[in-house]
Amino acid sequence: MKIFIILLSSILVNNFVMSRFLGICPFLGVSKKVETALGMGMAVTFVMTLASLITYFVQKLLIKLDIEFMQTIAFILVIASLVQFVEMVIQKMSPTLYQALGVFLPLITTNCAVLGVAILNVQSGYGLVETVINGAGAAIGFTLAIVLFAGIRERLEISDVPAAFKGFPIALITAGLMSIAFLGFIGLV
Amino acid sequence: MKLGKIFKNGLVTENPVFGQVLGMCPTLAVTTSAENGLGMGLATSAVLLCSNFAISLIRKLIPSKVRIPAYVVVIATFVTLVGMLIKAYLPSLDEALGLFIPLIVVNCLILARAESFASKNNPVVSMMDGLAMGLGFAIALTVLGCIRELLGNGTIFGHMIFGSSYKPALIMILPPGAFLALGILLAGFKKLTSAR
Repeated sequence: MKIFIILLSSILVNNFVMSRFLGICPFLGVSKKVETALGMGMAVTFVMTLASLITYFVQKLLIKLDIEFMQTIAFILVIASLVQFVEMVIQKMSPTLYQALGVFLPLITTNCAVLGVAILNVQSGYGLVETVINGAGAAIGFTLAIVLFAGIRERLEISDVPAAFKGFPIALITAGLMSIAFLGFIGLV
Repeated sequence: MKLGKIFKNGLVTENPVFGQVLGMCPTLAVTTSAENGLGMGLATSAVLLCSNFAISLIRKLIPSKVRIPAYVVVIATFVTLVGMLIKAYLPSLDEALGLFIPLIVVNCLILARAESFASKNNPVVSMMDGLAMGLGFAIALTVLGCIRELLGNGTIFGHMIFGSSYKPALIMILPPGAFLALGILLAGFKKLTSAR
């Protein structure tokens, strides 16, 4: 039951993009087309779930060695290596996806959502299963938000937008309206 | 590069938030009040200044292939330092900024400046660029924080501006308000800079 609540919470109620403001840079940067958004979402899901798993053990190690202050440095190194690894895997398995994601793949390293979920897992004191579920849920929530947003932005491209608002401003206002919608999930858990 | 040009670049032309649209996560998340925005802006400036200086010092020693991880480790070290200082001397700011203090390490702005400026210029100039970009960032955050706090709470830096008859628009200090306020600010900034 608790697993279900964690999933619901991380995907909808505390959606990482809409409520927690994590992962905004790729959210704004990669959401111009639905296919790239979906590809990015899947890559992020893979990285975030694995990162949650690995950082769980790293944190245990840090506590054992009494160097908890090294958390930031240790976590970010784990994430950077993981992203490098995912980049190599995607390059081998699907060159087209690799082309489509371009420069955004290494940018997953600086995606606040990945480091954010790792730190949040530690702060919430989750066990191993809960950590992985939370990581996966957060990533699914991110994917949901970015794909929805890409769908809207594709339509915005061909709409009549005032010059000053073209590009980021209107995208942000759209995100604001989406965020209001997501506020509606608050009573759910 | 002339000092004046560096400062104009960081504050206006390539302002991290309004010009380059970098570092969005903390911009949207912590600007629930002017004080928090200013605090985060200054903390990020401190890290940016130190990391630009340090990376510029060792720029000739880092092999190109491992430069990104090297930068990240340097930045993470300074973030840990600044985080510890804030925890010790400014506990209320620490509580307000919470998760976003360690997240300064993934602020795209710091890595971008390291990659595009500090790795190619001498330490003093890099430090100035870090300061300029940091100040630009801090000003942007404070302005956004002021707007959100004013509309969402009726106060600026804790001082009542509108009087008790003002009914605050709570949405401004909730997540949607951040998106809306920043969107309108960006549009305004675009209009201003294109009108010149």
